[in-house]
Amino acid sequence: MAQIWHSLTAPWRALPARQRQVLTWVSSIVLLLIFPLVDRTFKWGIVNDVTDVLVLVILALGLNIVVGYAGLLDLGYAAFFAIGAYTTGILTWPPHSLELNFWIVIWAAVIVAAVFGIIIGTPTLRLRGDYLAIVTLAFGEIVPVVIRNLGGVTIGIGPWRLLTDFNLTNGVQGLNPVGQPRIGGFEFSFDPTPWYYLILVIAGLVIFANVRLQDSRLGRAWMALREDETAADCMGVDPIRTKLLAFAIGASFSGFAGAFYAAKLQAIFPELFKFNLSIMILCMVILGGMGNIKGVVIGGMLLQLFDRVVLTQTTILSRSIGQALHISPLETIDLSLWRWFFFGLAMVVIMVLRPEGLFPSAARRAELHAADEETPLPAERG
Amino acid sequence: MALLEARRISKHFGGLAALSNLDLNIEKGMIASLIGPNGAGKTTFFNMVSGIYKPTSGQILLEGRDIGGLRPNRATAMGLGRTFQNIRLFSNMTALENVLVGMNCRLKSTWFGALLRSRSVLHEEAGARERALKLLAYIGLGGKGQTLAKNLPYGLQRRLEIARALATGPKLMLLDEPTAGMNPQETVDAMALIKRVRDELDITILLIEHDMKVVMGISEWITVLDYGAKIAEGTPEQVRANSRVIEAYLGKGVATGSRRIKQKVAGGTASQEDGTI
Repeated sequence: MAQIWHSLTAPWRALPARQRQVLTWVSSIVLLLIFPLVDRTFKWGIVNDVTDVLVLVILALGLNIVVGYAGLLDLGYAAFFAIGAYTTGILTWPPHSLELNFWIVIWAAVIVAAVFGIIIGTPTLRLRGDYLAIVTLAFGEIVPVVIRNLGGVTIGIGPWRLLTDFNLTNGVQGLNPVGQPRIGGFEFSFDPTPWYYLILVIAGLVIFANVRLQDSRLGRAWMALREDETAADCMGVDPIRTKLLAFAIGASFSGFAGAFYAAKLQAIFPELFKFNLSIMILCMVILGGMGNIKGVVIGGMLLQLFDRVVLTQTTILSRSIGQALHISPLETIDLSLWRWFFFGLAMVVIMVLRPEGLFPSAARRAELHAADEETPLPAERG
Repeated sequence: MALLEARRISKHFGGLAALSNLDLNIEKGMIASLIGPNGAGKTTFFNMVSGIYKPTSGQILLEGRDIGGLRPNRATAMGLGRTFQNIRLFSNMTALENVLVGMNCRLKSTWFGALLRSRSVLHEEAGARERALKLLAYIGLGGKGQTLAKNLPYGLQRRLEIARALATGPKLMLLDEPTAGMNPQETVDAMALIKRVRDELDITILLIEHDMKVVMGISEWITVLDYGAKIAEGTPEQVRANSRVIEAYLGKGVATGSRRIKQKVAGGTASQEDGTI
């Protein structure tokens, strides 16, 4: 098997590294661009699902900055997603009669999320490891509750009232509708394809930022903090500034995702941003390989693929087997209810067998093998 | 004016006085040592100078400016580099990256600059890389830039820690047991390296060391601590002859009684010194 693979990929490996890289990039970009066309031709009807997956991948990339680069275990990351989504909702919900342009609102969502990143980051600066995780977990729980309760805001001192029963978030019902983006006369609505291209652009921006930051003064400072905070401090890395930047930049990515998600879904409510979502994003980061962009993207997609395709298809399969063999538990099984069991199992297996994730930093490996670039390493291509 | 001046500094941990009223001056261009039995307060002193601990009382002046109580990264920016007793490299980063982190406070690019990657940022990065590679070669890690720190052999890890501290652009380097765990050959090499750093880079050195061969071999000034207080200081010859020092190391009976052991201590170190210089 390995032999066949080896001979099949021989022409590929014969190319210079630079060309291989360019080819990989160009072909994946072309594939992504023509994907809606392919989808229509074969009548898969999964463009919408893929768009949702890309939203989650963007979130995973944002969390990757906080957890993967800076090593700050954040268990409440969905809160920033909620803040981004609600910023968009509040600024475009018709009853508020603001109805700002989406292209302005999305940047507002990014800035608000970043500010909240700093607000939550500040009290956690002195905390390490477990304690940080607990505080961020609490923050992740607080945000949806606060949003739920901001349906009737009253601000005033004594008899004087600045606001009386102001409906900021519309409580449990949530905000509906949310303003949609518009380019010239074209309006984004139910056709998933324009949304797909928009998220592709955002994902491109986020990956670009991830790549550039990783290999910069700030990226190195993040990793130094992750490795040994005291030593990093003694080498001139300001831990406070560096951590706050990690929180702010990580959160700002989820601001993008939140704004997009709110506009696409057309309705947002507190229930969308529960603890489960934070954990799901964290699973995506860990599965792919913390601190590695390619790993997080592919790992995140794999996890979603498993969730949305493998689980539903095996459910159908096992039901038909159950019907054929008259095994009643199999006839009614719904494996998607078992999703968290499988995620948990995957985490255990990954942590035990491959703690660095499925795709450990390929950039690092490339660096390590810079000298012997021509030596073939079969498992490494991709 | 001394480069480093500690004025009556004390550090208390609860009721325990780890250091009390210590005065210490390090002149510019010196290789100085801090010695003393375990628990004498040597590392506590280092941690205060480098900003990890805040002194309970007293002042620490670097070139006349008070650095007592500054956060470690501020002290580093003022010109203070250090290594650690138990190596604390960034183990999952390459040797080159370790050195580049050391340069962090001498570089200016911001997150925004990193995103845009403007010409000035690229120029700064290229310059930093070049200097880091030179530094690695200087310290004896040439060609090892892309090796992960954790994959380097022990002796080279110690060297990398020195390279990383040098990258911060220090005026004073604090070396906490730079030869701990080294074999005799590595120790000799490390001593040569320390001398070279002082002579060629004009960096003042203060080291903590238990190995008397090293202490006597390279120090020009030695301060002896015991139970958080200074019990002696002077040139190696003066310290070696000091009865309180011998007492602290070997116990009271030795200093006043057996001449033979006393001679052995002094003689042993002297012969080693001849061998290494």
